[in-house]
Amino acid sequence: MSAAPALEIEGLRKSFGKNVVLDGIDLSIGEHEVTCLIGSSGSGKSTLLRCINLLEPVDAGRIAVGGDEITRRGVNVDRVRRRIGIVFQAFNLFPHMSVLENVTLAPRLALKQDRRSAEEHAHTLLDRFGLSDKVGAYPDHLSGGQQQRVAIVRALAMRPRLMLLDEVTSALDPELVGEVLDVIGELAAGGMTMVIATHEMGFARDIATRVCFLDGGVILEQGPPAQMFGSPREPRTQQFLQRIIAAHRL
Amino acid sequence: MAVEGDRSSGTEVDESRRSRILGALSGADGRRGVAIAVLSTIVFVVLVGVVIANSPGWPAVHAGFFSWHYFKGSLPEIARAFLLNCKIFLIAECLILPFALLIAVLRSLPGPVFFPLRALAIIYADFFRGVPTILVIFILATGVPGLGIAGVPTSVVFWGIVALVLIYSAYVSEVYRAGIDSVHPSQEAAARSLGLTRGQTLRKVILPQAIRRVIPPLLNDFIGLQKDTALVGTVGAIEAFNQTQITSDATFNFTSYLAAALLFVAITIPLARLTDWLIARDRRRRQASGAFA
Repeated sequence: MSAAPALEIEGLRKSFGKNVVLDGIDLSIGEHEVTCLIGSSGSGKSTLLRCINLLEPVDAGRIAVGGDEITRRGVNVDRVRRRIGIVFQAFNLFPHMSVLENVTLAPRLALKQDRRSAEEHAHTLLDRFGLSDKVGAYPDHLSGGQQQRVAIVRALAMRPRLMLLDEVTSALDPELVGEVLDVIGELAAGGMTMVIATHEMGFARDIATRVCFLDGGVILEQGPPAQMFGSPREPRTQQFLQRIIAAHRL
Repeated sequence: MAVEGDRSSGTEVDESRRSRILGALSGADGRRGVAIAVLSTIVFVVLVGVVIANSPGWPAVHAGFFSWHYFKGSLPEIARAFLLNCKIFLIAECLILPFALLIAVLRSLPGPVFFPLRALAIIYADFFRGVPTILVIFILATGVPGLGIAGVPTSVVFWGIVALVLIYSAYVSEVYRAGIDSVHPSQEAAARSLGLTRGQTLRKVILPQAIRRVIPPLLNDFIGLQKDTALVGTVGAIEAFNQTQITSDATFNFTSYLAAALLFVAITIPLARLTDWLIARDRRRRQASGAFA
């Protein structure tokens, strides 16, 4: 419909004190693209995602979602965030609420949905991701993999047009990683536009339409996974991938 | 809820508590421990009893403080006066809980815009935690009605309650604040990332978790408040303590003090037990969920 890219970032800069984390990020992502951000710890992947969701104020540059600039002054941050889902490494479910309450809270409060339609939608989503028997459970009594799937459903319940996933499998036991990656794979197959910060290189190779290598606060190299993992141009990218291979992570 | 997990770790906690109180181990050693504890308690009580009963002043003290006759005689009117203590306690508590929460929320507002409100909340908490309760009661209950402004209540009970609300809200707001600070910032990030406003996040995500965690220390302050209602008697309200003084002045017998003490203890000890029980339950829950993670 619209020619505007799903997400467009220009000259994004972000520092914490003297520590420059993002030093001029430029990125343009089309609808239905799955972009994986790779790079060593501290390369700014998480900060970039938190900036896109306005959880971190940016120092300079602009971000537009669907052609709509969200970094302009006076923007309603709550309205922006309703269109952008984010899932965190540590799940961050609300421990005092059941799974159903976790999922329906934001649709009811932020989108003013009535309880019935919010719960119907929640049931549909929980069903789809194999969580229908956990509707009444509390987060403490779920496995890490289940918690993370609930967190993904919670974000999806807002019907976001863009999903940001921040190392969503890094806090999981190895045997639980698969179930979460399956969910993300299904989202990708369904056409969800996603930006994924990840250390799972095999997963990135399989699912991404584009891979971006972050280094020194910039996107040093980007391209389709076959090229990025097969014949990276930049020496830094090659080094990084060699370390990953040496650690048997690819 | 994970019933099995709760139950197993629960009994462990109960047992370790019991053995800590009795200073004993478990099993056969435990039974021996109970026997020793009972025996040593009996010996202790008998020893103290013998020493007191043989002291030179005991007959006079016995007649002055432990007279069954005067106890029976004074208990009904002191109990009636004690209802005023309970009334002061309940009214004050109902005002303290929301008012202190407001102070705590003001103090946790972020950003430079809210500096004046934050500063006000800090000054308030510092000031009213710093002045003696009895002083505030005196100043308000005698000073304000003395101004003679039309329409301003002159009841000492009214101003006593106001004083207790001011003092205890300062303490309770600090308890709330500790609870708010104990909720991890990632909870706020998660709620805001879903598009919830700051107010919605506070109401639905931060405060429910914060308040749950501070219920035991809140109850602790309740106990203090129930005792401090006696201070309102110093400005003339006929509550249990004041009634006790009136009774003992009339009878030249101090047994009524004992009656008043028993009435206070009848309320505060169950509160203290409830607090301990809640703390233990909280710990059990955390252990149960910790075992899962």
